[in-house]
Amino acid sequence: MRLEPVANPTLGRSIGFPAAALALTVVVASLLTLLAGANPFETLGLILAGAAGSKFALLETLNRATPLIFTGLAVAVAFRAKLWNIGAEAQFYAGALVAVLLGTGALGFLPWFVLVPVMAAGAMLAGALMLLGPVVLKVRLGVDEVVTTLLLNFIMLLFISMLLEGPLKDPMGMGWPKSEPLDRAARLPRIVDGLRLHWGFGIALISAGVIWVIQACTTLGYEIRAVGQNPQAARFAGIPVGWVLIKTALLSGGLAALAGWSEVAGLKGNLTLDISPGFGYTGIIVAMLALLHPGGVVVSAIFVAGIFVGADSMSRAAEVPTYIADILLATALLFMVLAILLTRFRVVRG
Amino acid sequence: MTNKREAQDTVLRLSGITKRFGALTANDAISFELKRGEVIALLGENGAGKTTLMNILFGHYTADEGRVEVFGQPLPPGAPGAALAAGVGMVHQHFTLADNMSVLDNILLGTEPLWRLGMGRGAARRKVETLARDFGLVVDPDAKIGALSVGERQRVEILKALYRDARILILDEPTAVLTPQETDALFETLRKAVAQGLSIIFISHKLHEVMSISSRVLVLRHGRLVGEVKTDETDRHRLAELMVGAEIKAVAPSEATPGEVLLRLSGVSTPAQGNRPGLNSVDLDLRAGQITGLAGVSGNGQGALADLLSGLEAPTEGEMDVAGTRVRGWSPRTAVAHGIGRIPEDRHRTGTIAEFTLTENAVLEGYMKPPFSNRGWMDWSGAERHTAEIIDKYDVRCPGPDTRIRLLSGGNMQKLILGRVFEAGPSIILANQPVRGLDIGAVTYVQEQLIAARDAGAAVLLISEDLDEVLALSDVIRVMSEGRLSPEFARGSMTPAELGVWMAGQGFEDAA
Repeated sequence: MRLEPVANPTLGRSIGFPAAALALTVVVASLLTLLAGANPFETLGLILAGAAGSKFALLETLNRATPLIFTGLAVAVAFRAKLWNIGAEAQFYAGALVAVLLGTGALGFLPWFVLVPVMAAGAMLAGALMLLGPVVLKVRLGVDEVVTTLLLNFIMLLFISMLLEGPLKDPMGMGWPKSEPLDRAARLPRIVDGLRLHWGFGIALISAGVIWVIQACTTLGYEIRAVGQNPQAARFAGIPVGWVLIKTALLSGGLAALAGWSEVAGLKGNLTLDISPGFGYTGIIVAMLALLHPGGVVVSAIFVAGIFVGADSMSRAAEVPTYIADILLATALLFMVLAILLTRFRVVRG
Repeated sequence: MTNKREAQDTVLRLSGITKRFGALTANDAISFELKRGEVIALLGENGAGKTTLMNILFGHYTADEGRVEVFGQPLPPGAPGAALAAGVGMVHQHFTLADNMSVLDNILLGTEPLWRLGMGRGAARRKVETLARDFGLVVDPDAKIGALSVGERQRVEILKALYRDARILILDEPTAVLTPQETDALFETLRKAVAQGLSIIFISHKLHEVMSISSRVLVLRHGRLVGEVKTDETDRHRLAELMVGAEIKAVAPSEATPGEVLLRLSGVSTPAQGNRPGLNSVDLDLRAGQITGLAGVSGNGQGALADLLSGLEAPTEGEMDVAGTRVRGWSPRTAVAHGIGRIPEDRHRTGTIAEFTLTENAVLEGYMKPPFSNRGWMDWSGAERHTAEIIDKYDVRCPGPDTRIRLLSGGNMQKLILGRVFEAGPSIILANQPVRGLDIGAVTYVQEQLIAARDAGAAVLLISEDLDEVLALSDVIRVMSEGRLSPEFARGSMTPAELGVWMAGQGFEDAA
């Protein structure tokens, strides 16, 4: 069996295969719920209702989508340049850490409309620096960034753990490893009073728009695509490949750090070790499902968040473990990757 | 009497071979016969279907229709081992030898079961030596492949096929890497082989070689067999027309009027990279209104010189002046800024980005300036206007400026690169293998454009492995060997044979 490229995929191909992927995912999920002893139709219905069945459910899904939009954008921007940033998790925590350092009184004299942007900028800088090291090593010495960024995730998590057990530990925290809460002025306001959705979601949407504009309309976006598609041709044409990778890294790391900042300043109010249930890694799934398109990242982040939120609520009602959400996502991603391959290539025998 | 009948024996018969790749028919009902003791030439442009046909014959591909018979026996489709066993040997364009093993080991490799390796070497050595003597394939059986020249390696490949008792020899573009002298030696060997009853299929697109070695010529065009002629009943011009399917005219540059020196290298050296030699104290003047042709066997430092002028590499020793000023901070971008237009050797991997549109490819070198962008914002309408102009002026056949460039043929891709380079108004043009892999129509077009650029006052450096091309286009010729440059030879002052001596590395000051 061989794969032959399809010159111009037909509309049927580009819609049919992804739709089939989605259908197959549902079939696999149904089989698994059967295995867990529940009615698959009921279970899927509960997931849907839990994700979007009420105003509360929908806003909760958007809330969960917020950090995923940021980390998804971070991964999408980097992967466009074939810069394999697997370290969005570490950059997330860098952003969260800066939010706590700046938002718990150190800059208490600033009014909120100055403090909030300063915190966001500080978080972006920290995340950018987290990715700068691995990229400089890649550009200068050819060190594989997959390894360095992945390992930095564990270093960062242990570092945060050390801080939360030591200097950053909340003296009023009853011994729990968590930071002091943020000042009121450092918090992101809620969009709807009484519900948890905060302005981090709005900023995530704006970020997606900004990235879209950068990719489509600026010389930097053009350079990033050229470097990602063919670094040899880009170098020959005079594009400074190393600089473009460094700029991409700063952008990507900054975006992932915004996720951490928005979770601390918009949702949780303080820093704990479990503030991210793997938002950095899930960002990779989000970006891949979105085919690295910033608009697609928003859609796929909401889809992925919906599955998580829906599965949580379903498991309370139907006694099916929440792990079904992880399996759903993993199968969805695998089938989608296959579907994308099949829209662009035709399988030929012989 | 018997001899005569034997000479007419058919050793290989292809009947109705058809092979399709999707919508493309690479081979369309091709039939021919190869007789004992005969050399037939398979002639055709790139993409005409020569390689596909040989891959089917050799069992790498399975034909959709048709059959292959060797010595009257049908070959099972898709079995490379069967072709070998039936006595078909192939010498590929790119050699398949292990560098760190001796000539004898390479020849024996794969002919004996593992547990017998090392046994019967005496007999094997005698057989190799006899073959080498009979066919004039002079090579030391104990030499390491890595230490041999390209011509010697090719002899080993031929010996390898003969050792396996090949009665039919397929040679794919065998002269592409040889000097004229080595080519003559190869032809001598092939004539001896034919005299001993072997049959040869000679694949080439070099017409004079086809004329000199073959007795029959098969011409392929767009996957179809369009002509089968006896070599002594035709001439180069008629073959070329058959190959292209249209009347062709050869380029004939007028007298050049050389001006001032636009680029000067004085004693420039660059380090070697892997197997690729660097430059060895090179002096070079490129003058306005003159084409300097660089001849040489491939892999003798042409790549290093091209990288230097492209800005990919800076001199580690010596000086480089462009238009009278010493260059500083040499990079591809500064090279373009100094007015060097660069036509790269590999248009697929270096010259263009396959997934980019024509527009995106057309502005690859100038995107950071108006009219293509303004303070970091791309101006796609300006870029598209420019691309439309190139498409129009350089006759790029394509559906439109927003087509992905990978869908274009090599010739049209090269025309877009020409447009990108020439529209920037370069004073110096580096043309590295500008017509390699193009069909004859596109070759003529590209060569005419280079001459037009020269007449408009540009200094052109033409790097080519095709000596005929260098001789036809260049006003002055330099020969490169192991990173060294020969003195300048005026047009017509050297015969191909005389240049071949330099190409083989003789005549240089520091030569032994």
